[in-house]
Amino acid sequence: MKLKLHVWRQKDKAAQGRMVTYDAENISPHMSFLEMLDVVNEGLITTGEDPIAFEHDCREGICGSCGVMVNGVAHGPQDATTTCQLHMRSFQDGEELYIEPWRAKGFPVLRDLVVDRSAFDRIIQAGGFISVNTGSAQDANAIPIRKAEADEAFNAAACIGCGACVAACKNASAMLFVSAKVGQLSLLPQGQPERQDRALNMVAAMQQEGFGNCTNQYECEAVCPKQISSDYIARLNREFIKATLTYPDAKK
Amino acid sequence: MSWLNHAVKNPIGAKAIMAVTGMMLTGFLVAHLSGNLLIFAGPQAINAYAEGLHKFPAVLWVARGGLLAAFVAHLYFAAYVTLGNRAARPQPYAFNNTVQATWASRHMVLTGLVMLAFIIFHLAHFTWRVTDPEIRAMGEFDVYQMAIHGFRQPAVAGSYLIAMAAIGLHLSHGIASIFQTLGLNHPRYNRSVRFVGPLLGVGIALLFASIPLSIYLGLVN
Ligand code: HEM
Ligand code: SF4
Ligand code: FES
Repeated sequence: MKLKLHVWRQKDKAAQGRMVTYDAENISPHMSFLEMLDVVNEGLITTGEDPIAFEHDCREGICGSCGVMVNGVAHGPQDATTTCQLHMRSFQDGEELYIEPWRAKGFPVLRDLVVDRSAFDRIIQAGGFISVNTGSAQDANAIPIRKAEADEAFNAAACIGCGACVAACKNASAMLFVSAKVGQLSLLPQGQPERQDRALNMVAAMQQEGFGNCTNQYECEAVCPKQISSDYIARLNREFIKATLTYPDAKK
Repeated sequence: MSWLNHAVKNPIGAKAIMAVTGMMLTGFLVAHLSGNLLIFAGPQAINAYAEGLHKFPAVLWVARGGLLAAFVAHLYFAAYVTLGNRAARPQPYAFNNTVQATWASRHMVLTGLVMLAFIIFHLAHFTWRVTDPEIRAMGEFDVYQMAIHGFRQPAVAGSYLIAMAAIGLHLSHGIASIFQTLGLNHPRYNRSVRFVGPLLGVGIALLFASIPLSIYLGLVN
């Protein structure tokens, strides 16, 4: 396959970036999208140019580091698939592709296609920990939970923190990510002691990191590689409103 | 009051206020619509209704005050949410794409502003009666005559129809949105909400539009 690529190149955080055009030749349809970029980078290295920087780690759809925009769609055109698991057979020979980093105030570009997603780590930290004296782990079966709730919590736990929801959202909102984290722990018995604090603090952290506000357009769930449903956003709204109205301490 | 400020100046609190005020405004539209449709029952029915509204000035002013407060709050938080969203993506994409967001959901500010312009014109037209000397000359409660005279003019009827299109679009996203924003969500009724919301929004707009349209076409004299 042969493709024309328009790729965002930016030297570092402070530099002015721009789209640069490359030809990608000798691409096998069986390659993954990242392998295609590897081939282009081999070519750039042999001509003495800087290779295109992109983030990757597991290349099996579980670490969440590889996301880029392909023609304006986070993780490219295939549903429920990370960029590393996307195959070149999803594209046509001769196609033109625009490859860009996630765009959000909360995700500053570090270099080329690599963005700084540490805002997500800080949001997770704001969620606190589960305040149970652990000691040695107790038998899992000693904590009863209904199957329906366990499944619902597990679906939320599938979030890999890739940031595609933010990238796809017209408002650069992180609501799907935050809703998955808040939703998961609010459903589990272990998450009950700090349930209200978690909802309030994680939303405050999301706001502080400069992410936008949800306007219920659901672009996020359409691109989420783990198919987290926007129903979790409704659950987060409910958790947050309830916590705001019923928080036991009269602090602030 | 810092507690209240804290509770609403955040991504979810602000949207919750928009949802509650949007619901109040939608409720008003439904009431206003049911009154207006009396025009099809003839001059006596609608004029008596208009006069009846003024029989209880206290109730009328409380309702107007509540409506104005809801409207101002809706606008204030629309600005808050929209400015925050603009700031959240300082650098746009070179290639823009949309996977599933509806046109209506992406143009709430546009349709909202068309509605705002319309509401001002509509009040000036029929409530303050300052846009048209012939309407000014009519009796305060001769609503029937005002409507007939107003909507015979193509420019007036046309501007009302454009505004109704904006209302239909705004509500076709807005009504279903209320449920999501307030966290009223359950597999039992999610699908109905996402179906009935747009239906209701478009239905309200079409019924409103039927009034200027049928007068303009001479179906109501
Ligand atoms: C009669 C007047 C109006 C009614 C009945 C109405 C109704 C609604 C409803 C029901 C919502 C959904 C709230 C939610 O997301 O949960 C909404 C959202 C919104 N409205 Fe209005 N609205 C009106 C006027 C306006 C005006 C004048 C503006 C001016 C800009 C405006 C701008 C917006 C915006 C920006 C949103 C948020 C969109 C979103 O989050 O998806 N609205 N409106
Ligand atoms: S919710 Fe989905 S799109 Fe968002 S960070 Fe988690 S896995 Fe990625
Ligand atoms: S590289 Fe780990 S999810 Fe793609």
